[in-house]
Amino acid sequence: MTTSAPSGRKPRHLTVDRIGVYAFLAIAAVFFLLPLWIMLMTSLKTMEEIRLGSIIAFPSELTFEPWLKAWASACTGLDCNGIRVGFWNSVKILIPSVALSIALGCVTGYALSFWRVKGANMMFGILLLGAFIPYQVFLYPLVRIFATTGLYNSLACIVIVHVIFGLPVMTLLFRNFYAGLPIELFKAARVDGGGFWSIFLLVILPMSTPILIVATILQVTGIWNDFLFGLTFAGRENLPMTVQLNNIVNSTQGERTYNVDMAATMLTAIVPLAVYFVSGRWFVRGIASGAVKG
Amino acid sequence: MSAVSVNDVSVAFGSLKVFDGISLDIEEGEFVVLLGPSGCGKSTLLNAVAGLIEVEEGQIWIGGNNVTWEEPKDRGIAMVFQSYALYPRMSVRENMSFGLRMAKTPKAEIARRVERAAELLQIAHLLDRRPDQLSGGQRQRVAIGRALVRDAAVFLFDEPLSNLDAQLRNELRVEIKRLHQQMNGTTMIYVTHDQIEAMTLADRIAVMKDRRIQQLGTPHEIYHRPANLFVAGFVGSPRMNFIEGRIDQGGEGPIFRSGALALPLAAEHAPRALETGRLVTLGIRPEHLALDPAGPWDGFQAELLETHGADNLVWCGNGQVSLQLRLPGDVSLKRGEMLTLAPDPARVSLFDSESGERL
Ligand SMILES: Nc1ncnc2c1ncn2[C@@H]1O[C@H](COP(=O)(O)OP(=O)(O)O)[C@@H](O)[C@H]1O
Ligand SMILES: [Mg+2]
Repeated sequence: MTTSAPSGRKPRHLTVDRIGVYAFLAIAAVFFLLPLWIMLMTSLKTMEEIRLGSIIAFPSELTFEPWLKAWASACTGLDCNGIRVGFWNSVKILIPSVALSIALGCVTGYALSFWRVKGANMMFGILLLGAFIPYQVFLYPLVRIFATTGLYNSLACIVIVHVIFGLPVMTLLFRNFYAGLPIELFKAARVDGGGFWSIFLLVILPMSTPILIVATILQVTGIWNDFLFGLTFAGRENLPMTVQLNNIVNSTQGERTYNVDMAATMLTAIVPLAVYFVSGRWFVRGIASGAVKG
Repeated sequence: MSAVSVNDVSVAFGSLKVFDGISLDIEEGEFVVLLGPSGCGKSTLLNAVAGLIEVEEGQIWIGGNNVTWEEPKDRGIAMVFQSYALYPRMSVRENMSFGLRMAKTPKAEIARRVERAAELLQIAHLLDRRPDQLSGGQRQRVAIGRALVRDAAVFLFDEPLSNLDAQLRNELRVEIKRLHQQMNGTTMIYVTHDQIEAMTLADRIAVMKDRRIQQLGTPHEIYHRPANLFVAGFVGSPRMNFIEGRIDQGGEGPIFRSGALALPLAAEHAPRALETGRLVTLGIRPEHLALDPAGPWDGFQAELLETHGADNLVWCGNGQVSLQLRLPGDVSLKRGEMLTLAPDPARVSLFDSESGERL
């Protein structure tokens, strides 16, 4: 063996520490992936095979029937139109809620961090407080308010609720991002004669792409996963997918169709799952910016 | 009529009062430098002139108009920042024309002014690039260009060269000076903590410390007749030598005495201030100490030598005081050599030790 003088990259050896870390990571991954695996496998099996009870095994006879049934003909109570009704309801709720809450949060964050609005700090304090009070506290008063205005149980109602409750976190997110931009940029634009809206639209907004992506991820996953507000404010016509999923799984007529339930659950989870997979890097950035709620 | 006038202005950030009645008058076409250490309030004063900070009390006049309540864009000013502050999503051309577009200037006029400024600053070939495709020096040129197209009567610079390396700094410094000479009647206020920039650029320097203007004068006055110990120590590199001592009575008038060192004081130091026994600090610049075997201050030993080419610096001491002197580059000394020094009595400064004020 030739003993050569140390040169170039230092060789790495597998140490006990390292093996421990890898083992922990592997176990954690299995722990979180196993339920997903079981759900996926179950949704691809026939009921006969499920009754045999080997829940982890790959299906011996692959079937997509449960997925079709879950989408188009599963029953919630008396209606048997599948979960697609809920899917489109959720989309109808999602798009205006996400767009409006981000637009509003973006402008308030900009106003709070660049313009010395009178009482800006107090407003920000109140918003922060709003972000941490449990939602349940607001439910009953809001129901009363909407009932008197006649908006209760409508698409507009649920969108307004999502915008109101998204506003504190969105404002916080944008304010923190804008606080990190050099203030001299804003001063230069002031000297150049920019006003509130022209500076926002021409200078600040074009620099906001990263935080707009983070905000979109947060709002899309948050609003899609919402159950409580949808159930309370949307009304029978507009129940979101999460509520319908619950109705399908809990409608207890005849035999429990586990494969259909699993398929419906997977379908409901597809939007947030896609968001996570497509935007993992950005999502981590959102968490790092300290504005992710549960 | 002054071009810019700050009258008894007070500025506060919440409970922190930054200025309590500060005043400054600047003539048309003048180049005034605000010089001082970090945190002394230079940027705050400049921002108050620009209208980017509201004043609590007092008035700001620009070009004969009271602009105290005016928006920045209506004050007839242009401003250049330390961080360049270029709009990152706009091309150089869009950056430079942003102010004119905001003011709804006709397209042809915008194009004409941008071309002219770009030519003046030699950035015509960069007009279609984005700021992130430019070097630091080019970015600052663009920032200056953006200010130029505004055709303002008053230019405000906030440490525009501090982010650049030494060579670029020198280059752009000369360029700013040249611009000022080319644009007749344009007033410039320039903030820096770099005394060389201040000395080379300024018609007048306002030396600031602790949010007060310590002295306002030409570079020559600031250098040769500093108003107090702070100004004397802050301006000049290497620093002015300070010797603590007292006034004594000699045969032909007052003498400065510190241990074994004595120096008859020139007539220009008014006798009224020099009552015997008064504690004073003598300030003498390194170049006003000469090597002279017949000189009055002997017993100094050379401790450290620094060659600068054009001149040499020598640190020397006699056990009680240590002094720096600046000698011509062709004088060679050895470490440990004994020196006899001759101070130039006409060029010393005398300060009251207690108040630090010039006597
Ligand atoms: N936005 C601000 N809020 C609170 N204090 C500030 C603010 N800007 C400056 N100051 C304070 O005002 C003083 C002067 O600051 P500045 O004018 O930036 O100094 P300089 O430009 O000379 O370094 C400092 O003590 C600084 O802490
Ligand atoms: Mg500053």
